[in-house]
Amino acid sequence: MKALMFGWEGFPPYHSGGLGTACMGLTRALANEGIQVTYVLPRRIPIRAPWCSVVFADKRDAYELASEELRRIQSPYISSEEYSLLKERYPELSNFENSLYEEVLRYAVLARRVALEEDFDIIHAHDWLTYLAGIEAKAVSGKPFVAHIHATEFDRTGHGGVNQLVYNIERAGLMAADRVIAVSAYTKGILVQHYGIPADKIEVVHNGIDRDDAHIVQSNQEIMHKLKERGNSIVLFVGRITLQKGPDYFLRAAKKVLEHRPNTVFVVSGSGDMERQVIQEAAYHGIGDKVLFVGFLRGQTLANMFKMSDLVVMPSVSEPFGIVPLEALSNGTPVLVSKQSGVSEVLRHALKVDFWDTDEMANQIICLLNNPALQESMRSGGMREVAGQVWQKAAGKCKCVYNKLISAFEPV
Amino acid sequence: MSSVCLYFHVHQPHRVKNYRFFDIGHDRNYFNHQGESDLDNGRVMHKVKDKCYLPANQMWLEALERHPELKLNFSISGTAIDQFEAYAPEILDSFKRLVDTGRVELISETYYHSLAFLKSPREFREQISLHRKKLREHFGVSPTIFRNTELIYRNDIAHEIADLGYKAILTEGWEHYLGWRSPNFVYHAKDNPDFKMLLKNYKLSDDTAFRFSEKGWAEYPLTAPKFAQWVSAVNGNGHLVNLFMDYETIGEHHWADTGIFDFWRTFPEEHLKHPDNDFVTASEAIERYDAVGEYDVPHYLSWADVERDISAWMSNPIQHDALRALYDMEQDVRMYGDDNLLEDWRKLTTSDHFYYMCTKWFADGDVHTYFSPYNTPYEAFIAYMNVINDMQLRVEEARERCGSVAREPLVPEERLTFVEWWKERLRKAFSPEYDY
Repeated sequence: MKALMFGWEGFPPYHSGGLGTACMGLTRALANEGIQVTYVLPRRIPIRAPWCSVVFADKRDAYELASEELRRIQSPYISSEEYSLLKERYPELSNFENSLYEEVLRYAVLARRVALEEDFDIIHAHDWLTYLAGIEAKAVSGKPFVAHIHATEFDRTGHGGVNQLVYNIERAGLMAADRVIAVSAYTKGILVQHYGIPADKIEVVHNGIDRDDAHIVQSNQEIMHKLKERGNSIVLFVGRITLQKGPDYFLRAAKKVLEHRPNTVFVVSGSGDMERQVIQEAAYHGIGDKVLFVGFLRGQTLANMFKMSDLVVMPSVSEPFGIVPLEALSNGTPVLVSKQSGVSEVLRHALKVDFWDTDEMANQIICLLNNPALQESMRSGGMREVAGQVWQKAAGKCKCVYNKLISAFEPV
Repeated sequence: MSSVCLYFHVHQPHRVKNYRFFDIGHDRNYFNHQGESDLDNGRVMHKVKDKCYLPANQMWLEALERHPELKLNFSISGTAIDQFEAYAPEILDSFKRLVDTGRVELISETYYHSLAFLKSPREFREQISLHRKKLREHFGVSPTIFRNTELIYRNDIAHEIADLGYKAILTEGWEHYLGWRSPNFVYHAKDNPDFKMLLKNYKLSDDTAFRFSEKGWAEYPLTAPKFAQWVSAVNGNGHLVNLFMDYETIGEHHWADTGIFDFWRTFPEEHLKHPDNDFVTASEAIERYDAVGEYDVPHYLSWADVERDISAWMSNPIQHDALRALYDMEQDVRMYGDDNLLEDWRKLTTSDHFYYMCTKWFADGDVHTYFSPYNTPYEAFIAYMNVINDMQLRVEEARERCGSVAREPLVPEERLTFVEWWKERLRKAFSPEYDY
């Protein structure tokens, strides 16, 4: 069986967000299931993926994305405003189109050509940026189309200020798809409620994690060790500093924890549009020295950061899945997740709170830090649990979706 | 002869509310959650009262009137009786009517349905004694047969219980320790031929307690005539069938619409159709039947899960740590604490708190038997340990109060409290709670 898969960003280490990580895990596991995956990207970028064949829709020469900002521009999670702003700041981006929407449209046009040239049985597209490409590929090939949703516009905006154009593209893709794969029952609920997609059209396939994905930053290691030596506990936040990820709730909980447990340090890893606001707020509350911003971490550096932390908190306002807690548990660090996340459906060895309930969040953080037995229980249980949440499980479910679709599909 | 020894266990714990870290030092009410959740003890009591206690008691009362041969056995934990008194005294009255028939025997246990035997022999004895007093106060009876929490048993528990003057104990009849032998006889404890044991026939008990409403079960639906036939089949190769189960299985675990009430209503009649059959109280059983052999249980045995050990309460680090923290403060609570502190401490010894912290079912992705009012075992642990922290503060405060007595003169109000506290200590020292 051959699948034509439309992605938006590259795989680790050349990625900027969770979508790249997820696509890598899924394609690799699908390959193990005996499925030949052709992974399509809008532009040529460096990528290492021997398990599938990679096709660049623009077929131009390698385009090296040297800096963090350049990588971020490829992320599906940045706003269109941020996109235009970044492009103004970086003239070397001039060969990108002048808005995110044009890039999306351009991808759709190129996808027609890809779909005519490649050989495949099924089309699989990830998130709204690639849905138009998926629709076009279906139009020219007549093959079944699976729309995979990792994050909706409602998640990205924390259920407020939804961009109508993005929503329209999302909905069009979901409607046009023969089958929708959602990363959690939580996300499925949003699709049914806000997009009017019939529930029986949506299959829930939880994300996985593979042992070797769970690596990450070195430069901060020394200062962290010193902090620990002085008897501090470390609570870590990993994610973009944006509304969706709830960094402000993390800060509010931190303030409450510090009132009762001063020897605690809160580390924020990531960057984003709320960074300035969160730093200012920390200073305003007089906890600036207890909240450290270490920037975007990846690879071994992030893995080390996980290992040094006593607890990883993911207070997302709306999180379709959330891979960070799985990465943390793989590194043996207990986690606290918001109930508004898909990952809370699959993790039982985790503390769970409503993102807005910062009293309860602080309560659980304090108790965990004060109690070695609780840490041990959650660590050992969580590591065992995360070992079972592998991509192979997700790929197996995807394969079932493919099989059902292909066997039932009448060529147009 | 095929005798049936029907025994029901009645218990409700004092569930700890979502007690937060910030409540430590401010809020001394640990068990007063109010609201939608099953942490609200009053709410749970009213629910179970309507579904189980009142209708089931009424059913048995009528059955006892109909069948003079019918005998029943109950154990009712002290924490359950406390909550009957607090929330629904009518339940207590209806149990009294049952006991007053003279054909319902009450079985002894620890007042707080605790795991005290694991940590503190003294607390274990005191809780048994408190429960005896409670039963005498309300029902005017003094039991002679004992059941430990969750039927947990080991050879040394028999020794302890025999020493307190009991004649017999109830526990699980498990092949692992029975070998080829049948649970349908009376046995005696290891090295003690005089201390008898009644062993639960778990196959037949679980048919009614667990499988009754299971539609996928080959024997579904289970009818009274069919069940009575299985019980009668023991005739010729056994003396008695011990049917032991939680009382809440009638109406609460199996709702009324499963037909559970009709089943039990008709079972006595069906069972008595055979002239050799009858019902016995636990005391009659050990009077009538000699022990046929020794039941040697070197490791903890319980009636829980397929493992039949104590792993539901003691298998992960948080459970062990919670139990450790609780019993670490026992001495100080006794030495410095007042009655309120001791009572709160004892409410925390109830085994259910540790059950809520169990994570062993997570391993196989199986969630079946797990009943808990908390969202996760970790939440249960956090609430519990926060309460333990507050208890430690109270112990500290009490210790300081005692220590300051000699140095500073007391203001009148404080003197009164102190004198009362001292009187209480004297009373405890000279008239211990044991009444054996």
